[in-house]
Amino acid sequence: MTSLSASPQRSGFAAAIERLPFLPAVLILVVLIALNGWFEPNSLGFRAVTGLVSTYLALMMLAIAQTYVVMAGDIDLSVGAILSLVNVVVIVLMEQWGGGGLTVLVACVVGILTGLACGLVNGLVVAALRLQAIVATFATSIFFTGLALYVLPVAGTPAPAAFWRTYGGRILEIPFVFWAVAVLALLLVALVRTRLTTLLLAVGDDAQGAFQSGLPVVAIRIKGYVLCGLFAALAALCVTGDTASGDPLVGGKMTLYSVAAVVLGGSALSGGKGTVVGSLVGALIIGLINSLVFFVGTPSEWQNLVQGLAILIALMAGVFVGRRVGQ
Amino acid sequence: MSAPASTQKTTPGGNAVLDLVKQPIVVALILIAVLLALGEALSPGFASLQQILRLAIVAALLGIVAAGQNLVILGGREGIDLSVGGVVSLSAILAGNIMSGQDGGILPAVLACVAVGALFGLFNGLGVTLLRIPPLVMTLGMLGVLQGLLVVIRQGIPSGRAAPALSQFVSQPFLFGLPGIIWLWIAIGLFMAFLLKRTVFGHRIYAVGSNEQAAFMAGVPVRTIRVALFMLSGMFAAVAGICLLGYSGSSFANVGETYMLPSIIAVVLGGTPLAGGRGGYTGTMAGAMLLVVLQSILTTINIDESGRQMIFGATLLVLMLFYGRGKAMRG
Repeated sequence: MTSLSASPQRSGFAAAIERLPFLPAVLILVVLIALNGWFEPNSLGFRAVTGLVSTYLALMMLAIAQTYVVMAGDIDLSVGAILSLVNVVVIVLMEQWGGGGLTVLVACVVGILTGLACGLVNGLVVAALRLQAIVATFATSIFFTGLALYVLPVAGTPAPAAFWRTYGGRILEIPFVFWAVAVLALLLVALVRTRLTTLLLAVGDDAQGAFQSGLPVVAIRIKGYVLCGLFAALAALCVTGDTASGDPLVGGKMTLYSVAAVVLGGSALSGGKGTVVGSLVGALIIGLINSLVFFVGTPSEWQNLVQGLAILIALMAGVFVGRRVGQ
Repeated sequence: MSAPASTQKTTPGGNAVLDLVKQPIVVALILIAVLLALGEALSPGFASLQQILRLAIVAALLGIVAAGQNLVILGGREGIDLSVGGVVSLSAILAGNIMSGQDGGILPAVLACVAVGALFGLFNGLGVTLLRIPPLVMTLGMLGVLQGLLVVIRQGIPSGRAAPALSQFVSQPFLFGLPGIIWLWIAIGLFMAFLLKRTVFGHRIYAVGSNEQAAFMAGVPVRTIRVALFMLSGMFAAVAGICLLGYSGSSFANVGETYMLPSIIAVVLGGTPLAGGRGGYTGTMAGAMLLVVLQSILTTINIDESGRQMIFGATLLVLMLFYGRGKAMRG
């Protein structure tokens, strides 16, 4: 699609965007950082950045989760429900096992397994049973929400101190969330080195072609959903660390933000084009828009509207610029 | 597979009855009947005429939203409208304030709300056509704007009240024992059938939805049609919002949000695939009724919310296995 319509002479910038589709997003991010610094110099300080990262790490994880299914041309409207389910599973297990160091760790492992299982269910339903991704993952999201309500009917059980103190604390003078980001980066680099990303993109670009060249399309799409479940579970651990409590509906609102972050990051919902780095930047853009709206002194009742407008404009600009240059 | 067109080609060994049963609308109607019977068995009175009418009113609210959703989806190119829920909420709150309990305010409220719905549809349509933003992204962004707008409006003005005549129209018998909203829904059903099957505009929707390039080559004003579809979707959502106000009496927070994804499910269960280009509204009406009956049966059974949601989600998946499936890959 893109290579066919390529003009003979393309500028360096255009070529760069072709290779790094998240460049427009990075540009928007830089502008937002500058604006944040302009209106509130303290917002660029170490403490403020730590706060921003610990609040939006969950959305970053969730955006990454969404990216792996979007790459293959699918979508997952159940990521928020998976996040909620893992959140309550981890909280309830930690509570029942007493909240000691080791039990916290085991609870987290069970939480991650839960996320993987949810991803597998989605993958089977969408790729193996061939249901339409949007409606099928909405149906599974209702199911997962039901499970979450079964595990913890009402919000409120607190996380053990060992858990949220670690998340909000420091190791070797460096905030834990930065360690988490570093581990995340290593994980992403490791994933980039596997063939899975290439395979997902191949399926998203042309599923029929991928099938005909012998790729196991169904298995690849299922793997995308499983990976999505994994990162949704990691997002849940971040939310649990940030809010320090269980809430069976905590993730509901985050699903659509994860989609917006992926699009802001320059990925195409039609598949075949996408980067996790872009989605990370997309999630940060949403976070920075929210803080900027606050810093410029928008009256509280207008904040949601201004945020909504800013995100809509950023979405439109991102898609528009990305395509203009891509042609 | 379940497209109306494909039933004309009788498969060898197949028969007319089997083909009929494969029609999504027939499946939906059979399922509705089965669920009603099941409900009656579980709790006597579930399938009484009174109760079915009550369910039909709820289904009409969803069905009216789904009419617009149906049109946008039929238009193809990943057509979808995630902003309908926001428009429903906005319309309910606007209508409540304009009429504030006075019958005389109904007409201005309807005009204003439908205009607002059309305006947001216009924005969606222009974003999708002129800037070529994918519909899902455009309407998702618009949903965020609408949600923000609702917060502002709710701060600024008191929550309005429905006019008595509107409440009566929605819930009291109007003609031949049926409430006005049922007649409205039937009228919308006839309008949609006429629009899709008998008008040039309707034929062009299918043309654009099944092969945009070919339609464009044949001189169909593709962009205008797509913008019109989004505007119609906004207008239907606005009408649903007004009816919802009549149903609940006063407008309250984000009432419309619960319509966003169910409206899409109703369309899919009615036999219109998300790829667009085939299907129709009659099936969607059955799909909306099916969803409402299913939800109602779950509230009848004595289980807690968590079990209800799990059964609902699982049942939706099973229902989709009947029709919503894509083609298997072949080499």
